[in-house]
Formats: sequence, structure tokens, C-alpha cells
Amino acid sequence: MSVKVSMNVNGEAVSAEVPERTLLVSFLRETLNMTGTHVGCDTAQCGACTIHLNGRAIKSCNILAMQAEGGNVTTIEGLAKADGTLHPMQEAFRQNHGLQCGFCTPGMVMSAVDLVKNTPNPTEEQIRELMDGNICRCTGYHNIVKAIAAGATSMAANP
Amino acid sequence: MTKFAIGQTVHRLEDPTLLQGKGCYTDDLRPQGAAHAFVLRSPHAHVLIRGIDTTAARKAPGVIAVLTGADAKADDLGTMPCIVPVKNHDGTPRGETPRPVLALDRARHVGDPVALVVAETYHAARDAAELIEVDYEPLPAVADVYGAAQPGAPLVWPEIKQNIVADLHLGSKEAADAAFARAAHISKIELVQNRLVANPMEPRAAFAEYDPETDRSTLHTSSQSVALLRAHIGDIVLKIGDKLRVRSGNVGGAFGMKAMMHPEQPMIVWASRRLKRAVRWTGDRSEGFLTDVQGRDHKVFAELALDKDGKFLAVRATVYAGMGAYLSQFAPMIPQSVHSMMPSVYAFEAAHLHLIETVTNTVPVDAYRGAGRPEGIYVTERLIDIAARELKIAPDELRRRNFIKPSQFPYTTAAGLVYDSGDFEGLQAKALKEADWAGFPARKAASEARGKLRGIGLTMYVERCGGAAPPDSVALKVNKDRVLVLPGTVDNGQGHMTVLKQMVSEYLGVDMEKIDVSQGDSDANPFGLTGGSRFAVVTGTAAGIAAKEVVDKGMEQAAKMLEAAAADIEYGDGDYKVKGTDRKATLFDVASAAGGIEALHIKNTGALTFPNGCHIVEVEIDPQTGVTRLDRYTIVDDFGRALNPMLLLGQVHGGTVQGIGQALLEHAVYDNESAQLLTGSFMDYAMPRADDVPSFHTTFHHTPCTTNPLGVKGAGEAGSVGAPPAIINAIVDVLHAKKGIKHIDMPATREKVWRALNG
Ligand code: FES
Ligand code: FES
Repeated sequence: MSVKVSMNVNGEAVSAEVPERTLLVSFLRETLNMTGTHVGCDTAQCGACTIHLNGRAIKSCNILAMQAEGGNVTTIEGLAKADGTLHPMQEAFRQNHGLQCGFCTPGMVMSAVDLVKNTPNPTEEQIRELMDGNICRCTGYHNIVKAIAAGATSMAANP
Repeated sequence: MTKFAIGQTVHRLEDPTLLQGKGCYTDDLRPQGAAHAFVLRSPHAHVLIRGIDTTAARKAPGVIAVLTGADAKADDLGTMPCIVPVKNHDGTPRGETPRPVLALDRARHVGDPVALVVAETYHAARDAAELIEVDYEPLPAVADVYGAAQPGAPLVWPEIKQNIVADLHLGSKEAADAAFARAAHISKIELVQNRLVANPMEPRAAFAEYDPETDRSTLHTSSQSVALLRAHIGDIVLKIGDKLRVRSGNVGGAFGMKAMMHPEQPMIVWASRRLKRAVRWTGDRSEGFLTDVQGRDHKVFAELALDKDGKFLAVRATVYAGMGAYLSQFAPMIPQSVHSMMPSVYAFEAAHLHLIETVTNTVPVDAYRGAGRPEGIYVTERLIDIAARELKIAPDELRRRNFIKPSQFPYTTAAGLVYDSGDFEGLQAKALKEADWAGFPARKAASEARGKLRGIGLTMYVERCGGAAPPDSVALKVNKDRVLVLPGTVDNGQGHMTVLKQMVSEYLGVDMEKIDVSQGDSDANPFGLTGGSRFAVVTGTAAGIAAKEVVDKGMEQAAKMLEAAAADIEYGDGDYKVKGTDRKATLFDVASAAGGIEALHIKNTGALTFPNGCHIVEVEIDPQTGVTRLDRYTIVDDFGRALNPMLLLGQVHGGTVQGIGQALLEHAVYDNESAQLLTGSFMDYAMPRADDVPSFHTTFHHTPCTTNPLGVKGAGEAGSVGAPPAIINAIVDVLHAKKGIKHIDMPATREKVWRALNG
């Protein structure tokens, strides 16, 4: 059975007819061809698929596209400015070598932005605890934690 | 010197793309009209396949084809190769485990591919797979690496006696036995090298295109070597030779596992050629757990012989190494490194390994980060701590008495490797200072005042990088305004593009902005493999030789342009200059006049390098819960020289956390009766997460490598070698003080630690 799904993705209205069982992440990747959001597991454990729905970070592999009907979605592709200037959190990951293979990175960055929104001045311990829904196999987290602390500072300076 | 020369921290050029989600991993390729594939897998660990009925599946909506092992056989497909020859100690060759891409009459592990469904959509393929009826006859199965070699164990291969696929002795047994005979003290250990799942965050994927004009196929796949895949799939399995081109775009982590051909890669190309249509397949994480080659899986019995002064005489071990159900590409070679690594950084008279490689009804095992090095170092470093405790010698002092000394280089170890450089005593001293080893008792008292138990653990490590096989290539192409670098290696997240640009920029004296790097295409990058921490050593050296060749090749043209004899021209900072004058021509002008300059370097020198270092860990254990917190973590490494210190430390952090995962969290557990994988998802297989690990205090103690012109040693695997023994040594420090316990096996989970403390 197909359903029509409409939502706003990175500021643009989109709509498509998709099978009911389509996950939001498949809607983004397969239907809209927006491949920045990744799939790293099938048990909602890794966080590679993290996006923002109506201003909150969620795992887009764990929700049907039709559950996001009418919602506002921001993906990694929507984070930098139109002129290509990176979001302060993206820039902090770049400066601190917070990524290696880059596969976990879109989810990491989306989670980190949400973390700082809710916890503006996070300690190292808070960062480590709050990021435990995002797995990275490459970096050992050392530089991700550093990057998020730096990103928090620069997000506060450039609200 | 150019501004981003070798040795500088340069921010990665890869990052802006990846940070915006603009990377292109295999599953990001979105070809119009590609069909989707789904693999039906054996739900049993060991079965005879009596028949496969695909009638209903073929008729299901959207289905294009359903293929089985019989179709593969009819098309004369070859089997999956293991490329390592091994001779048993009795002179016979190792056993053979020919593996078809789709199971024929027998499946040997849970997840073994049984049928391939190709359909218009992924869901159509997956739904149709449920309609396939397979008549399975279950057979007894075995999963335990040691149990498999015992008389009466179920046989994975009827033709392989007692499941022992190879049985060999490495090093001189006589020399080791003689040393043990005169030992004043012998320390012993029995241990398990826990089986691990590589789990790069990007699952394996394969997407094949077919061009009817040329009859050529292109396989896009996440890999560590397009060259090896091209050869193995093209020449051995599909027998189509150069009609196959293999490409890798961004690779979302690999760690050894993606160096190996897996059955889906030839399978997808084969299906695409049969159907004359593009076919894509992306594994999900559950399939990854059931089919990606795994790592480690040893059962070890080892002994260390010392004289009355605490001098090491010999180390010997019997290792049962699990190969899984089929011998993967490099599998039988990996545990052999246990022998070469056992002498570590110490002066031994002898080292002997009896290696028994067994097959079990489990996923094949092959190289995983460290690939034999962590296994070898762990044996020796655990034995040393046990000996230190038994002899009441401080663990740092016992190591100090036995280090190979700088004056002894080049030094041939008891395992026959020739170490070129290192300062092990100086490095350990630096690590002890950086870790404030002397301040441990005060911190221990403070922990105890809070009801916590504190332990300290030390390890030295060495590993072996570089080497000759397989050959690596670097091609350089200079035109009128750009330099193109074509390495044979494939980046998996290390930042090869950035470092290659740094290196070539320095070699040629050309700005990084004018250099392009293109990798991962078997047509253009014909030889090479990412693996064994060899990029800096092997590719770096090859790029230097190719650069020199470029300069030499341009010399004649430069001489013409500058109206001077070649002997009077020197090259530097991107210019050919007439010595003692200001007459010069840029490399680009010369290349332009010459119609381009190209150089290709293929051979390696084969030289080995020996990165080494020291990890010191302090753990704080909560006796109420068994939770082990890594409170202080100090690492000192000797990598010879840093090409890009920031990237180098990234490798150290990542490798160390994989080692922490092995020590505390990760374990691929199989039920020994059914051989079902019990830890088949991230819910049961504990990957290290941010709150499981600490930040690291790192520094270097470099001694330049003398076997390559860059002086580098390689760093990709170092952390995964150092972490496990350091952590277990620290935990046993606590367990021994409290309970007299001599050893705890990895992973030292909170439950195991709690039981040890409260048992
Ligand atoms: S893909 Fe969504 S949590 Fe792993
Ligand atoms: S950078 Fe590779 S998984 Fe995080």
C-alpha cells in the first residue's frame, strides 16, 4: 500500500507517494536522493541516521516517513550556509580532526548540535554521556569530544 | 620548503565534503534502473542442502531472477581463493576449503549465502526470498576453536581430520626447550583471544554495472584494495580477467575486513552480467555480523622462561587459532605473526610457537586491526606481568632488565626479525614519567578512601609494518599546471589524500593546491593494498621514488629550454635551475613543453619497520558493580617520524579504542551446540561508545627508521596492540591484590570483574 507523504526538508516542501513501510531514512536517501544521512545499523543503535525533526534530534531509521507527515526536517545537507560556510559545529569537527572515514559524521554532527542546544556549556563527562547513542569506529571519540566542546563555545559566540 | 610540508599538521582536505554529507560511499550511488539484490542465507550453522525450490519466488511481483549455487556451477564460477600457502610441520600442504559464492550442497555457518534474489525493488527481493523453500538436513556443528580440535568433535569438512586445517611449528623447538630446561623460573598462562567483529560503520556494499558495448563490468564496492579484488574476482572467480573494473569511492571504515573478498562481490557482478543490467546490494548490520570476516579467536597456552636474575631466556606457546568455516584470503597467515611478535622489545634466546589452525562452523576469520600483532604481544606482556609478580620484581624493572639496547641495532630477534631502531628503555622511562607512575600509590589511596579499587598496568609493544607483498604502485602525471597522484592504496578514513599531497608537495616543491589525488580505480591504480599500517612507509616511499623519476625525466627538456648541460641543472622548489645563475624553468613549463611527464613506481623495497611504544593505564573499579573506569591513559609511541601529527594521533586514538573494546567490551559469542551467533547486533555486541572510554595523554619518542628514506614506521595498528595487555595488566593488579587472581580473560566485562571480586 502506498501513501502520499509531504514534509519540509531543509526549508523545501517535498512530497512523494511511497510504500507505507518506508522509513524516514529511506525516504531521504532513496526517494529524495539525499544521501548525506547514513544507515549504520538495523537496530536503532548507531546514530548514523540522526536528523532533526521539528527541532529535535531523532534517529531517522526508527520512524516511518509517514510519521513525519507535515514535519520540519533538517539533515546534514541543510546545516551549512547556502554560500558553503560550515556550521560552527561542522567547523569544530574540521579543526579538531573529529572525523576519519566520515560515515558516522553526519549523525554525530546533528546529535552534537542538538546536545549543545539542550546543554549549552557541556562538560567532557556530559558530552560523553549524551553522545552515547552515536557510535564511531574510527576516531576513538577523543577528537569528537574535543570538537563538540569547541563547537559549543563557538555556537554560543555565533548564535 | 612549501608551506604544508611533511611533518606539519595540515587540516584534512577531505573534511568539508564529508562534513556536509557530500561524501560518496557505495550505497550513495543512485543509478537509474538498477535492480536490487537480496541474499538468502542459511539459518543453520551446519546443514546439507537437499534441494532449493525457487518456483514461487520467481513468480513473485517484481522479481527478475533467483540464482542458486547450481546456477553458479553451471556458469563455471571458480571458488573463493585463500592465497596463503602453508606447509604443515610434517611436510604436507594445509587443508583446502573450497568455497563457492553460493552454497551448493552444504552450508557451513549461519549466514552462508544460499540464494540470490534480484528484483525491481529491495522490498520485492526481500519478500520473494521468503518464498524460497530450502530442504535443509541439519548436521552437528562446532564453534569452539579448541573443542573443534578434540577427538570426536563434529567435522566441518569431512576431509579435514579433527578440523585441523594447518599444524605448524615456527621457530626452533629445540632451542626453546633447551632454554626452558635450564630456566630458574617458568611462568605460565592459559588465555583466550576473544573473537571480534570489525564493524566499520559503513556496511559492506557492492554495485555492478554492465556495458554491453565493451562487455565490461564495473564493480563499485567499499574496499581496501581495488587491485586485489579485480584480480581475485576477475581472474579467479568469474574468469573474465580485464573485463572487470573495480572502483571504491569513500570507504566508511575497513580495519582489515574490507581487504577481503566476500562472496557478494563476485555474486553481484555475475548476476549483473547474466542479466545485462546494473545490480546493487548493500548489506545491513545484521548481515555484517553474520558474514563479515571476523578477527582473533585464539586459545593459547604459553610459558616464559627466566634465569635467576630475571633475564628472559625463551618464550613458547601453543596456539589454537580459529579460521571459521572457510579459509579467507589471508587467514592462515595472520596467527603466524604471533610468533614473530612474541619476542616483542626484549632480548630472548628463543621463541617457539606451535600453531594449530582449526575450522569451525562460524564466519571466516581473517585480518582485523593489528592482524596477529596484538595476539602475539598480549601473550608476552601478560606473561611478563605474571613473572614479575611471582619473582617480586617491579613490572617496569623486569622489562628494563630485558630490553634490546640501542647499541644492539640492527638486532635479530629470537623470531628472526631484524629491528633497525628504537630506544625501548628511554621510551619506557618517558612513559613512566608522563604517567606519573611514582604518584600511583597516592592516587590508589585516594580511590580507596572513596570505596574504589585502583590498579595500574604497563605494557610495551612493537609491531611490524611495511614489507613487500603485494606490490604497491604510485603514478605521477604532470601536465602544464597540475600534478596528478595515483596511489594503489585506497583511503578508508586515514586521510591519505591530504598526506599524499603533503608528501608530493615536498618532493616536487609544488604547492598542495596544484596537486590532485585520484584513487580507487583498478584501471588507473593497478597495484596496492591498504593494510598493515603500510601507507606511510610503502606508498610514501613509492611516491618519493616516482617524484624523483619525474624530475629526472624532465631534465632533458629542461636542458633544452635553459640551453645548458643537464649536469649543470639542479632541481628544487619546483624549478629546474642552472647552477650559479638565475636561469630557471618551472616543472610545469618543462612538463608543458615535453607534452607531459609521467612516472610509475611499482616495486617496494620490502623493508620492514618496527613502530613501538608504551601504554600505561590506571583503572578504577567499583567493587559494588564491577564497572571498570579507565581513569588515566598514557601513550608514548615511536613512529620514527610524524608526517602529519594530528592525523597520526587520530590513528593512535582510534586503534587504542578498538583495543579497549577488545579488552573490556567486545566478544563475538557463539553457542557451542548450535553454533548460532549470540551477539548479532549492536544490542548484544558491545561497541565502545563515548562514555566507555577516556581522553588520552599522548606523546612521542621517535627514533628515525633507517629502512626507508622518510624515516617513518607506520601507526595504523599501534593502539590496538598496546591497549589490551595494558588494561588487563591493570585489572589483574586489582584482582591479584584483592583475591590472588592471576589472570582474567578478555573481555573483562563488568559482570566478569564483579564475579572475580565477589566470587
Ligand atoms: S541507522 Fe539509525 S541508529 Fe543505526
Ligand atoms: S569517522 Fe569513521 S565511524 Fe566515525
